Amino acid sequence: MPSSDIVVIGGGANGLACAIRLARGGARVTLLEAEPEVGGGATTVEFAPGYRVSGLAHLVHGLDARLVAATDLAGQGFRATDPLPTTLPGADPLTVPAAGGGPGDWSTLMDRLGRHATRLAPLRSLPPPRLGAGNDWRALTGVGFGLARAGRADLRDLMRLILINVADVAEDELSDERLRALLAFDATLGAWAGPRSPGTLLLYLNRLALGGARAPMGGMGRLAAALRAAAEGAGVTIRTAARVTAIAVAGDRARGVTLATGETLRADHVVSALCARTTLEGLVGPAHLDTGTVRRIAAMPFHGGAAKLHIALTGAPGFGADLRHRFVLAPSVDAVERAFNPVKYGEVPDRPVAEVLVPTAHDPSLAPEGHHVLSVIAQFAPHAPKDPDAAKAAFTRAVLSVLEQAAPGLSGQIAHVETLMPADIAARYGLRGGSWHHGDLAAERMLFLRPFPEAARYRAPLPGLWLASAATHPGGGVTGTAGWNAAEALLKEAA
Amino acid sequence: MSWDAVIVGAGHNGLVTAAYLARAGMTVCVVERNDWVGGAAVSRELYPGFTYSNCSYVCSLFRPEIMRDLELPRHGLQVLPYEGGAVLKEDGGYLAMFRDHDANRREFARHSPRDAEAYDRYARDVLRHCRFIRPLLMRTPPDPVSLRPRDLGELAWLGRRVLEMSEAQIAEMVRFWTMSIADFLDEYFESPVIKAYLAVSAIIGTALGPMSPGSAYVLLHHYMGDVDGNVGAWGYARGGMGAISAALRASFEVAGGTVRTGSGVRRIVVSGGRATGVELDSGEVLKARRVISGMDARRTYLDCMAEDDLPAEFVGAVRRFRTRGSSGKLNIALDAAPHFPAFPDGAPMLKGDLHFTDTIERMERAYDDWKDGRFSSDPFQDLMIPTMIDPTMAPPGKHFVSSFVQYAPPRIGGQGWTDADRDAFGAACLDQIERFSPGFRDRVLHVEVRTPRELEAEVGLTEGNIFQGELTFDQLFFNRPVPGYAQYRGPVEGLWMCGSSTHPGGGVMGAPGRNAAVEILRTTKHDRSGVRDAYAVL
Repeated sequence: MPSSDIVVIGGGANGLACAIRLARGGARVTLLEAEPEVGGGATTVEFAPGYRVSGLAHLVHGLDARLVAATDLAGQGFRATDPLPTTLPGADPLTVPAAGGGPGDWSTLMDRLGRHATRLAPLRSLPPPRLGAGNDWRALTGVGFGLARAGRADLRDLMRLILINVADVAEDELSDERLRALLAFDATLGAWAGPRSPGTLLLYLNRLALGGARAPMGGMGRLAAALRAAAEGAGVTIRTAARVTAIAVAGDRARGVTLATGETLRADHVVSALCARTTLEGLVGPAHLDTGTVRRIAAMPFHGGAAKLHIALTGAPGFGADLRHRFVLAPSVDAVERAFNPVKYGEVPDRPVAEVLVPTAHDPSLAPEGHHVLSVIAQFAPHAPKDPDAAKAAFTRAVLSVLEQAAPGLSGQIAHVETLMPADIAARYGLRGGSWHHGDLAAERMLFLRPFPEAARYRAPLPGLWLASAATHPGGGVTGTAGWNAAEALLKEAA
Repeated sequence: MSWDAVIVGAGHNGLVTAAYLARAGMTVCVVERNDWVGGAAVSRELYPGFTYSNCSYVCSLFRPEIMRDLELPRHGLQVLPYEGGAVLKEDGGYLAMFRDHDANRREFARHSPRDAEAYDRYARDVLRHCRFIRPLLMRTPPDPVSLRPRDLGELAWLGRRVLEMSEAQIAEMVRFWTMSIADFLDEYFESPVIKAYLAVSAIIGTALGPMSPGSAYVLLHHYMGDVDGNVGAWGYARGGMGAISAALRASFEVAGGTVRTGSGVRRIVVSGGRATGVELDSGEVLKARRVISGMDARRTYLDCMAEDDLPAEFVGAVRRFRTRGSSGKLNIALDAAPHFPAFPDGAPMLKGDLHFTDTIERMERAYDDWKDGRFSSDPFQDLMIPTMIDPTMAPPGKHFVSSFVQYAPPRIGGQGWTDADRDAFGAACLDQIERFSPGFRDRVLHVEVRTPRELEAEVGLTEGNIFQGELTFDQLFFNRPVPGYAQYRGPVEGLWMCGSSTHPGGGVMGAPGRNAAVEILRTTKHDRSGVRDAYAVL
C-alpha cells in the first residue's frame, strides 16, 4: 500500500499552491486530481473547433506573492499582460487606467479605498485571527500598527465604510454615473449581492487588495501547467484522473483516501482543496461528524450568480476601443441592482451586466487568423432556476442583446456561443451551486467565519483533515492564497 | 431671559431630555412647530369619536428606567400587553402566534414538527444576542479612535463583555450582525410562513429587504423591548401612543418646564462659535445656554443652521447620512369589527398583529419595488386593531384599525408623491386587506393614508424615515449620526442632539433622549440623582 506524509485532494490553484508549500516544507506530498489535467477553474478549453479560451477564470488577479516568489512561472512558460485598463463602451466610452489616475473624484476615491485595502491586505495571507492561543501575533501586531498609523480620520472612515453598501458610496463620492456603475459592478462581481446590499464595499476592498488584473497569454491553462511543473519540481507526486471517493477515517482521525479504482492511499494528513461541503458531507460522511458540524455544513450558502459565455467571432468586435482592455457593460448602479433582483427568485434578468475580454487581442493564436473569441462573465444568472434549459436560453439571448448594444454588428459575427450557467459550472468544475468561492463570500463568511467558525483555521472538524479550498479564508479567485495558508497551518502543527 | 436649555421639537425624545433636565433643576423650554406635542408618538382625533395612533402604534421599546425615573404611570401612562397575532396565508390557512413560548411551539408543530423543535434553539440564540445589545442602549457610544480615559474605559468595558462569551458565541454574534434575516431563519426553519412571520421585525421601518445582509440586526432592534419585564413583548399605550407624550409632558411641566407649541424653529442661532438660542418662525429669538435638537440630523444641520457655522467636513458627513423613508401607514375607522374567514370571530389572534405576507419572497419583492421607486401592489402590512384591547379609542362596537405598510418609497419614480399616488397606495393596501377580510371596505368610515410625504410634512422626519436615519451599521453606534459626533454633542459648543438620529436610533424608546440628558448633566453642576442607572431585565 503506497503511503506518503500528506495527500492533497484537488489540483486547482489552491491544491497546487498547498502542495508546493508542503513539499518545500519537507513533506512527501501526493496530489490527486480527478480530471485528466490539473488546474480546476484555471484551464484553457477549445469550445469550438479552432477557438480556445480560458474555460472559467479568465484573469490573473491576486496570484499569491509567496507562490510567485517560490515558483519560476515565467521559466515554466507562463506569461501575463500588464494590468488591464477598463473601458466602459457606449455612445460615450470611458477608459479607466489599471492603477491610479482617472477622472478626479474616481482617483480620489481609489486613493482612499486603496489605503484601506492596503492596510487590510496582510490579513489575507494570515490564518484568521482568533481569541486566545495560536495567532501569529507578530504579523497581527503589524496589521494593528498599520491601522494605528492610519490616523484618526482614516480609521473613522474605515469603520463607517466597513459594512456599508457600495451603491451609497458610489452616489456619495462619484459624479459620473458610468463610474458609479463600474464601482458597483466590480464590487459585486462573483458575489451573490446587488450593490445596495450592505457589506458590498468590503468586497470591493478585498478586490483592491488583489492588485491589477492581468490577462494570461494562451489562457489560464498555461498558468495551471506552469504551477504543475513547479509542483513537480518541488517534489510533489501528481496523479491525474485519480478521483477520490472517500476519506478513510479510523479512530476518529483521517488516515488516507480511497480512489474510485478502489485503491487506498495512506497518509498522516489529508488536505482537501475541494468544496468544504463536498469534502465533509461526501468524502468524510456525517457518521464521523458531530451534529453541530452537520448543521453548519447544511447551512453553507452556495449561490453562484455568474455565468460564463464563450463566443467565437468571425471578425473583430466593435467595442470602439483598444480590444486589449477589459470591458465592463453596466450602464448604472440601478442596472446592476436590477440585474441582481430576479436571481433571488431563480429568475433571469432582462438586462444582465457583464465583464468582457477579447483574449485573442492579446494572443491571436487562440483563434483562426482574423477571428476572435470573447470571454464573458455575465451577472446575474440564477443558480437553481425552475426550468434550467429555458433559463439558459433566455439568459444567453439577454447577454447577446447587451453585447450587441455595446458592439454594434456583433450578432452578425458570431460563429459559436457556449453558455455555462452556474449549474453548468458546478457540473464541469465541481464548484457547488456555481459559486466561485466554494461558498458565498460575504461579510458574514469572512475571516474566522469562513467557511464556518469551527473550521476557520484550515483544520477540519476531524483530526488529520485540512481544508485548503476557496471555501476557507480568504476565499476564491485563482490566487492560491487559501492553499498556501492551509499548508503553513499544517506545517506549523506538524512541526 | 435666557433659558438653561431650549429643546427643539416635542417628540418623545425631546420631552424625555427636557423632563430629565428640568428635574435636575434647569430652566427648560421645549419649542414645537405643531399645535400638539408628541412628534410621532401621538393620538389624534381625525374622525369624530375615533382616536388614531396615527404614526407609531405599539409600545415595547420604551425604556422602563425612563418610565420610573419620570414617574410616567403616575402621569397617566398605562401599557396594555397584547396577545399574539397571525399570518393569513394565500391558501386560506393561517399561522397564529402567542405570547406563550410553548403555545407557539405547538402552533409551529402544526406547520412543521421540525420547526417546532428548532424554535427553542432559535429563541435561545436570539435572546443571547439581545442580552449583549440591551445594555448598550442606555450608554453613550465610545469613540473608538479617542485616547480619552473615558472612551478607553468604555471600550475596555465593551471588550470585557465580549470576552465573557465563548469564542464560538462571539463568532455567532458577529455573523448574526452581518447576515440577512432570510439566511438566519433558513438555518433554523423550513416552513415558509414561519419564516415570513419571524422576518417581519427585521424589515419594519428600514430600507432593507429580508434578504439584505444586516437585516438580522434590525430584528434585534425590535426585540430589545419589554412590557413589564417580558422581554420581546409588545403592548398598546392606553389611549394611543399620544398617552406616552402626554405623560412625558405632564412629568416635565410638574418639574417646572415650559412647552411652547405652534412655535417652529427657523434657525439655530450661533454666535461667537457657540449656539446661543433659536429663532422661531415668528421671528422671536429665544436665548439659551444650550440648544438641544430633537430633530433628525439632516433637518438640524442642513435646514436649521447656516453652513458657515459648521465645519465643512461635518456638513459633508451629514449630507451622506441616509434618511430614505420606507414605510407608510393607514389609519382606519371601522363601523364594525372586521371578519376574517380564516378564523372565528373573537379569536385571540385578532388582538395582535395580522399579516398577509406568507413568504419571505413576497416581502423581498415588495422591497425590490421600493428600490425602483414604486410602492408595491402586494405590500407587507402589519395590521392591528387596538380597540380589541383598548376600548377608549373608538365608540362602542366600532373599531380603530392601524396598518403599518412596508415599503413606501420616499419618492415615486424620482418625483414627489402626489395625492393621486397616495390614494393609489391606500387603495392597494385596502385591496389586500379586502382579500383576507371580505366586506372590510364596506365597514370603512374614514381612512387616513400616510406616505413618507405626510410623515415629513407633519412630523418633520426627513424623507419620512421613521427612525430619523436608517439602521445600517454605517449609521449605528459610534457611527450615528456621524463618526466622531456620536456622543450627543453637536460640532458647535452648546449644541446637542437628543433625537433618534443618535444612538441607539429610532422606535419609541426614549433612550437617545435619556442618554443626551446624561451627557448634558455631566457638563454641569446640576443634581444628577434623578437619573438612575440603567438596569438589565435579562
